[in-house]
Order: sequence, then C-alpha cells, then structure tokens
Amino acid sequence: MSQTFLGMPLLPVFGTGNLHASESFPKAAHRELGNAQLRANLGHATHTIRDKRLQVVSELPDWEQLRDAGSAIKESVMARLPELLEQFEKNFTARGGVIHWARDADEANEIVAGLIRETGETEAVKVKSMATQEIGLNEYLEEQGITALETDLAELIVQLDHDKPSHILVPAIHKNRSQVRDIFLREMPGADPALTDDPAKLAAAARTHLRRKFLTAKVAVSGANFALADSGTLAVVESEGNGRMCLTLPESLITVMGIEKLLPTWQDLEVFMQLLPRSSTGERMNPYTSLWTGVTEGDGPQNMHLVLLDNGRSAALADEMGRSALHCIRCSACMNVCPVYERTGGHAYGSTYPGPIGAILSPLMTGIQAEENNSLPYASSLCGACYDACPVKINIPDILVHLRGVDVDSKRGKKKIPTQMDAGMKAASWALSSGKRLGLLEKGLPLGRLAAGPDKKITKLPGIAAGWTQSRDIPAPPPQSFRTWWAKEHRGPDADGGPMPSHNKGDQP
Amino acid sequence: MSARDEILGRVRAALKDSPQVPQVPRGYRATSGLDEKALIELLVDRLVDYKAQVAVVDAAEVPTRIAALLVGAQSYVVPAGLDSGWLAGVEYEPADGRRHLDSAATPLTVAELDGIDAVVTGSAVAVAETGTIILDGSPSQGRRAISLVPDHHICVVKATDIAGILPEALRRIDGTRPLTMISGPSATSDIELERVEGVHGPRKLDVIIAR
Repeated sequence: MSQTFLGMPLLPVFGTGNLHASESFPKAAHRELGNAQLRANLGHATHTIRDKRLQVVSELPDWEQLRDAGSAIKESVMARLPELLEQFEKNFTARGGVIHWARDADEANEIVAGLIRETGETEAVKVKSMATQEIGLNEYLEEQGITALETDLAELIVQLDHDKPSHILVPAIHKNRSQVRDIFLREMPGADPALTDDPAKLAAAARTHLRRKFLTAKVAVSGANFALADSGTLAVVESEGNGRMCLTLPESLITVMGIEKLLPTWQDLEVFMQLLPRSSTGERMNPYTSLWTGVTEGDGPQNMHLVLLDNGRSAALADEMGRSALHCIRCSACMNVCPVYERTGGHAYGSTYPGPIGAILSPLMTGIQAEENNSLPYASSLCGACYDACPVKINIPDILVHLRGVDVDSKRGKKKIPTQMDAGMKAASWALSSGKRLGLLEKGLPLGRLAAGPDKKITKLPGIAAGWTQSRDIPAPPPQSFRTWWAKEHRGPDADGGPMPSHNKGDQP
Repeated sequence: MSARDEILGRVRAALKDSPQVPQVPRGYRATSGLDEKALIELLVDRLVDYKAQVAVVDAAEVPTRIAALLVGAQSYVVPAGLDSGWLAGVEYEPADGRRHLDSAATPLTVAELDGIDAVVTGSAVAVAETGTIILDGSPSQGRRAISLVPDHHICVVKATDIAGILPEALRRIDGTRPLTMISGPSATSDIELERVEGVHGPRKLDVIIAR
C-alpha cells in the first residue's frame, strides 16, 4: 500500500450511530434527577458493586502492577494498531474465519444483515455487546425483517420494555425487581401470572423463555472482549451461560468488534482476565469465559465471521491527548464510582457509552461538534474517582479537561466578535501574569465593599458573571488584600521593596 | 478503495506522530508458590464461595463418587475420551440407554443433549485463586456443547492440574483450542445486583478433586 496516504482522508472520520446526546447533558440530567425511583435503584446498585469491587481488588497484592501492565499493553496496542490488525486478520483467516471491515455503523449493519440473509434465517440470538448497541444493529435488523433476540437477562429486560440500556455492564440497573416482574408479565408470552419479584424466580422465567430459542437458533451475533493478534483468538466474558449457548450451538456466528480490542499476545490475556472480572462485577472471576480460534471441526459454529468496526475509533486515535480512551475494556468501574452517574443514571448521557468513560469516548468518536456531545465533558466534577478505579489507568479527568478546551476552541472558531468570556479571560490573563498589576488592581477592593452594602453581600454580578450569583451570594471583599496586609505586618529590610517576600517572582510571565 | 484499506489508512494517519511503543512492566506475580495441599484448600474455598459442590477424594475413590452423584440422573453423557475407569462404579446396562457417548465423529444432536440430565467430564487445568476450571476440548472433556446443555455438570479435577494463579494456568494450555473457563455454576446479578445461581448454563456444578 502507498506510504504517502494518497487519497487518504486527512481529517479524522467520525463515527455514527448511537453515540450522540440528542439533548444537552444538563437538560437531560435535570429531567432524570426528578425520578426518585431511578435514583434509589442506582444508589443501591452502584454502592453494592463498588463495595464488592473494593473487596476483591484488596485481595490481590499485585493489583497496581497488573494495572501498570494493562495500561502499557493497551498503549502499545494503540501505537502498533495497523500491524496488529494485519497480524490478527492473517491468523483468524488461516483458521477458517472470514473478516469484514466496516468504516461506520451503517456499513457494519449492512454486513451483518447480509450475512444473516445468506443463511436463510430471519431470527438471530444475541450475546450482549456494546459494539452492536453502538451501531444500532437490533433496530436496523428489525427494519430488514430480521428479529434479533437479546439473551443476556438485563438486555432482555430492556428489550422487552422497549427501553434503552443505562449501564454498560448491568443495562437494567435502573429497574428494580418489581418493575422487572411487571415487564415480564406484560411482555413475555406465556409468563406465569403468579410470577413473584424474587430475582431467582425472574431468572428462571428468563431461562424458560429463551431455552427453546437457544436450542434451535441457527445464527448468533456476538461482540468480543478481547482478540489476540498472535493467534487470531477471540474471547467473550459472561456470567449466565447465554454467551456459551450463542457461541457454541448455532451453525453460524457473526462477531462485531471495535478495532481497538486487540491484545498482542496470549500472555497478555493473563493480565486482562485478572483486571476485568474484578473491576466489572466485583468477582474474582466471572462464571464463564469462552475463547475460540476460527473454526474447530466438529465443535461449535462452522461459519465464523468477524466484523472489524472503525466508526470513529480512528478519529479518537488521532487525538494524541485523548487516544488512551480507547484503552477502555468496558468494565464500568468508572460509572459505579462516579458521583454524577450515580445521580443522573446512564440515559442522561444519550450515547451508548455513559458515565465518565462515555463523557470522553462519545465526543472523541463523533467529534466535539456532533449534536449535544460538547456538553458531555462538563458532566463531571473532576473528582478523579474514575481514574483511581480504572483498571487500565485511563486519566479520564485530564481528557475531560482537554475536551473542554477542544469545545471552547471549536466555538471560538465560529465567532468573529470576542465574547464577554473572551474579554474577561484576556483581562484576567493581563492582571494575573504580573504581581505589580494585580497589586494595583487590589487597591480597588474597597470599591467592592461599597457595592456589597451594609449586609456585606454581593447578590448580583453584571453580565455573564451573573451566572455565578444566581444561586449564591459573594461575601464582601476584605478591606485590604493579603499582599497589603503581609507587607504591613512584615515590614523589614527584606520585604521593604515590594508587597511580597523576597521569593516573589510575580513579574515574570 | 476497500473498507479495509481505508480503515488501515485512517489508523496510520491517526498515528502520524509515531507514538512510542512502551516496554510492558510485568512486575505482577507469575506464580503463587503454594504447595499441593494449600492449592487444594484454596480451590475448595473459592468453589464453595461460588455455590459449587466440591469433594476432595483419593484418585481411587473417583468412580464411587461419580456413581453417587449420578444416582438421581435418568441419563448422562460422557465424552468418548473420558477415563473409562472413572465410570467403573456406575452400573452400566447398554440396553437401558442411560449412558450416552459423544464425540466429534458421532455427536449427539442439541435436542438429544437437552433430554440428558447430567454430564461427566475431566478438565485441562484449574486456577485455585479464582476458583476457575478450564476445559480445552481434549478427549476427556469433549465438545463444548456436552458440558453446556445438560443441567448438571460433574467435573473431575486432578490435583496435579491445579495452578495457583491465572498466569500459571494459562501457561499450561494451548490458547488456540476451543476453551471454556468455568467459575461456578451459571449466575446473574442483573436484578438489583443480587446474585442468583443458575441461569442458562448448568445450574448444578459438582467438582471432584482427585488427589
């Protein structure tokens, strides 16, 4: 291939599909916060899983070393991505698998629908997969007259309720048990009217509902948690056995996977299979993990397809500050510790990827200007809990700040006339870059006291600063600045020359 | 241009800053350093925590144990390559159709498997620290479907096949075989994060650890 990228797109090509917030985060959050039931369900669930995670993580003496290794492996995957993709393709193909490449959501959907049509089937069983959520595969297949049946319990609950997932690991986290029972009674054909809201009984009802489908399905659609470049092996990590059913019993298996999911070698799996279960469900190990390398004669599906999906991943990769968001292994630990997610829930983020990781991944994949995605980097208090919890050490707070900058820059480009904010920032920059200038301005403090009046409070600021005083008062400024006070208190041979002690470097920019 | 070439081109263009490939620090544990007794104890503890049933027996007692576990089963399936000595304690009457042999050459259909109560298999390797048993499709374990569809899985783990931690276990197996890692019976925590054992995979897991 040409090394000069002739005809290659010079600008990043962004992703499409379910990656957008269609209304701004503050607006959506405001609505979701009004739902007390949602907040109670979320609070209970996130705290339960958080405690479990902490307990199993504390059992491992080498947790931090595993995180370091995981982070470095993913960084090397991103740096070597073209080479690893080609190596994986070669190995997967050599073992009887067929690879399809999809530039975006539409292309991936068309490929999957075409592959299902080739089998002559109009129904497919599905293993829970974020990639297929992202591209809106189920909706597309429905338009094409193909029924895609979600088989993960939580995905089934969401699908039966015609709702959207609100968490990447436990998509029905926003529903409690009695809501689940009501959905089953309403939507599940043949559900026992005496069904109680006992989770064991509800799981048993799902088993009965899906069993016949598993045993007769000819086609399955899955995602993949990992793909090993050195062997062409794919891995799916799950709990219920629905994954094993889909990956083992049908004749055809179609897997949809983002191009960033690769790991270089078999050895790397030992790191990620220790990091993922503990970070996601808070278990030492998830009940079932399936690994397969192409087609095995006489065991499992004999038609094996893999759709490699870009859909904005290359655009995220092009952002040097943001590319480590692609290290994400979709464990959801960041959501469970996030004070914002815990209160608003996943729907407020609009995109398939909610929570702290979604707040960076969605705008990186779609571009900051897509719909309302520029509001997502602000959906954080920057407390850093997500960074601490992340098993591959993605510095989410840093990327959030970076993307806020990208947002501001993208808006500045559109406007010719400087805004009040621009003027204010310019003035602040002038004042704060010199101690002398600041000292001069501070002489104006008594004016502020005057404005505050006898109750010593400023209740309304002018212009855009009014936003600050909308929900709080500013106490009257002190009669003198700290510098003036210090200079008076410490009048001596050293401090005489200026308002600050001798180490003052205020005049240097 | 094909989608393949275009995506690879986009990825190469995205990496035009030629980011460094870091050295991977592998300071994490490579072995547990536990002896066989400690490994068995740890594995039992972890399996019980997952609500699997566990028995630790001498190798000679495996057949008796298997027979006892199969008492309630109307029918059971075994892979053709299973150690035939393990079934020595089970009363065998070819005409009663209770025992089914499965192999890639003569596979049972999914519907047939659905009518079978239990499955007996060996295992490739186990991980004590995480309570994980790995099946790799070799003759003592058979096709993946047979240890999936029947509702009761009886799995024999040889004490010498127990590794302390995951890195040790993965070094002992061939990653390109069809692999299933099993940690307890199937389970879900999808409703209010409350763990429920027994969804689509076998709802009952019996592990026999053979010393």
